[in-house]
Amino acid sequence: MTQQKTRVVVAMSGGVDSSVAAALLVEQGYDVVGIMLRLWAEEGDDGLGQPNSNRCCAPEAVADARAIAKMLGIPFYDIHAEQVFKQRVVDTWVNAYADATTPNPCFNCNRSIRFGFLMQRALALGASYMATGHYARVIAPVAGAASPVFKLRKGADAHKDQSYVLHVLGQKDLARAMFPCGGYVKADVRELARRFNLPTAERAESQDLCFLTQGDYRGFLARQMPEVAKPGPIVTAAGVEIGQHDGLPFYTVGQRRGLKLHAQSTDAEPLYVLKLDAARNALVVGTLAALGASAAFVGAMHYCDDLAPSAPLRCTAKIRYKAKEAAGVLTPLPNGSAEFVFDEPQRDITPGQGLVCYLGDVVVGGGVISRKVKG
Amino acid sequence: MRSSLLFWRTGLYNSSMTSRRVYLDHSATTPIAPDVLAAMQPALTSEYGNASALHSFGRDAAAALDEAHALVGCALSARAGEIVFTAGGTESDNLAIRGGALAARKRRGLEHGHIISALSEHHAVEATVLQMREMYGFEVTMLPVDSHGVVDPDTLRAAIRPDTVLASLMLANNEVGSLLPIAALGAICRERNVLFHTDAVQAPAYQALDVNALNVDFLALSAHKFYGPKGIGVLYIREGTPYTLVSTGGGHERGRRPGTVNVAGAVGTAAALKYVARERAAQATRLMALRDTLIDGVLAAVPESRVSGHPTLRLPGHASFVFNGVDGESLLMALDVEGIAVSTGSACTSGDPEPSPVLVAMGIAREWALGGLRITLGYQTTADDIAYVLETLPRCVARVREAAAAFS
Repeated sequence: MTQQKTRVVVAMSGGVDSSVAAALLVEQGYDVVGIMLRLWAEEGDDGLGQPNSNRCCAPEAVADARAIAKMLGIPFYDIHAEQVFKQRVVDTWVNAYADATTPNPCFNCNRSIRFGFLMQRALALGASYMATGHYARVIAPVAGAASPVFKLRKGADAHKDQSYVLHVLGQKDLARAMFPCGGYVKADVRELARRFNLPTAERAESQDLCFLTQGDYRGFLARQMPEVAKPGPIVTAAGVEIGQHDGLPFYTVGQRRGLKLHAQSTDAEPLYVLKLDAARNALVVGTLAALGASAAFVGAMHYCDDLAPSAPLRCTAKIRYKAKEAAGVLTPLPNGSAEFVFDEPQRDITPGQGLVCYLGDVVVGGGVISRKVKG
Repeated sequence: MRSSLLFWRTGLYNSSMTSRRVYLDHSATTPIAPDVLAAMQPALTSEYGNASALHSFGRDAAAALDEAHALVGCALSARAGEIVFTAGGTESDNLAIRGGALAARKRRGLEHGHIISALSEHHAVEATVLQMREMYGFEVTMLPVDSHGVVDPDTLRAAIRPDTVLASLMLANNEVGSLLPIAALGAICRERNVLFHTDAVQAPAYQALDVNALNVDFLALSAHKFYGPKGIGVLYIREGTPYTLVSTGGGHERGRRPGTVNVAGAVGTAAALKYVARERAAQATRLMALRDTLIDGVLAAVPESRVSGHPTLRLPGHASFVFNGVDGESLLMALDVEGIAVSTGSACTSGDPEPSPVLVAMGIAREWALGGLRITLGYQTTADDIAYVLETLPRCVARVREAAAAFS
């Protein structure tokens, strides 16, 4: 009996990152299996009476992924996950807008779809690991460590780092996760794709939410939740009505552009969205000075170590995917919540977005911001 | 395919699939028998004429086609003129249901008309019948099935109405392998002046078919299910049966299926029927024994496993199971990675944890029905293949269950 190779399932999308991830693992001698998930997209009509495909798993992308798997000589499965994606990611995302927040659907997708639905299938296939094309790294515990802990670390490419959306992972996930692109910068990955002759080397980046076929999230929300996306007043903190909004889901905290204010109000200091007030269907606006807040409260804080720090922790935090990290103190609270107090007030602390904490380039954990705390 | 793929020679190629491969999905398709391929060869190469043409090239093709009609007719105890070549089983089902129901409705002067089928039917029948309701105004009754997926003749008898024009019931269920009492069902239809179609696609590899003994007006076959080529099917249409064209064009196949006939396919179908007629008695006996070894072995080795479909009145090479708390698709992939090619029995279309409608119609509980697995043997299947499955399957089921428990 020959030595069994370690089996790894790669989540393939047909894009350059996951393709390179698969090729790297093959090169490293793993027994690689590719799986592509068909995810939900809004019902529509492609002109042939068929519903739209999710952009990241359109028929062309499936064909690309299948061709790459064939080139690499690995088994490839394209499996349907539309319903589970719709329920656990899209519906949750839409409902979060109904709660007047600005949610990030990638958290639930990573938690429930990649590291839930797909990981379950990977283990069923006898895989020891599941790999994705994310720009992040896993640090395995030192051999013989007294309390072995896997750490989630930022990707080597500061611009592409995706550790923010992976903060939801815990020990059982990290113990089985591989991010083969995490040690490279994007340009290197493209170069690897060329070296591997992968046909996706030159593919453009996709930025928008994968389930919006037209990239039009406003239209999508209006169709998904007409009862919530209703016009209402724009008010000052003092409650004075100074304009009308098109529906709360179309605004986010810190937004300045696109506010329809009554004519007499427009000559004053620039106004920003401070808060979405669901109870009154009102958009509360104010000046830049009023926008800042000194702390964020997280209702359910997740720690990658599966264990909250025993004392307040001085670290940094990111309040959006593309936000700069800011220093402060993370205080775990009883019942799983947490508060992060920034050294300097931050603008744009937005309920629904993730607050993700770092010690250097290691992710401590994170959670969805419930509210900002004025200081 | 992009050109860069052609230059893929960097030595990265790894064969992660285990080298052993066992094909056990013969209800999905079978390999072409060497005899069949040899018979098709002339029509694929030198004898390329259009069978409708008058010249010598056409005559050669027409002669080959005539012979194919005669051979297929003979194999079904039908006349050559009652055989129509189509593009496959699905097309044959469509032509029978649409062509028969529309013509019978018109002939009988009915406004709507009523069609009967069953909840266990293949998509080719189910989707066609449902479209007849949605787009053509027919009323439809989908008969329930018993716990083995079989339609009771009394249920059919009770469902027939004065305006019933057609019933379509399969001979052998593709998903669970059960055999239906087609002769009895057909007799009821005949007595009540209802056209009767049977999808017999799964049958020819194991049993002789006699359209008179079966009491059918239409019968559908697909050559690739019995060691013939893909892309060719047969529709038997009893002489004098109401039938109207579904697609229109030239007068091919005695005016019942327009389009240049796939002569090579027709010849291959005839050759395949000849091949299975020669082999099937011995194969059926052999495969039934292997199938029972497989069934007994799986039930003994896999906790919470059951056979789906009829325990004895089933296709000889067909074993189907349900496993409690197992995702059938995950199990299929786990087996594939071990080189074993099987099927869940029904195509999963949405990742929706929705069990197979056929298993649900049989009254199988949801947690079991989600774990359907179909293992279908063929003429090349060996005892060794079955031993390999019995060695591998219990381990895979256990792993799928563990994975579901660890990450839900």
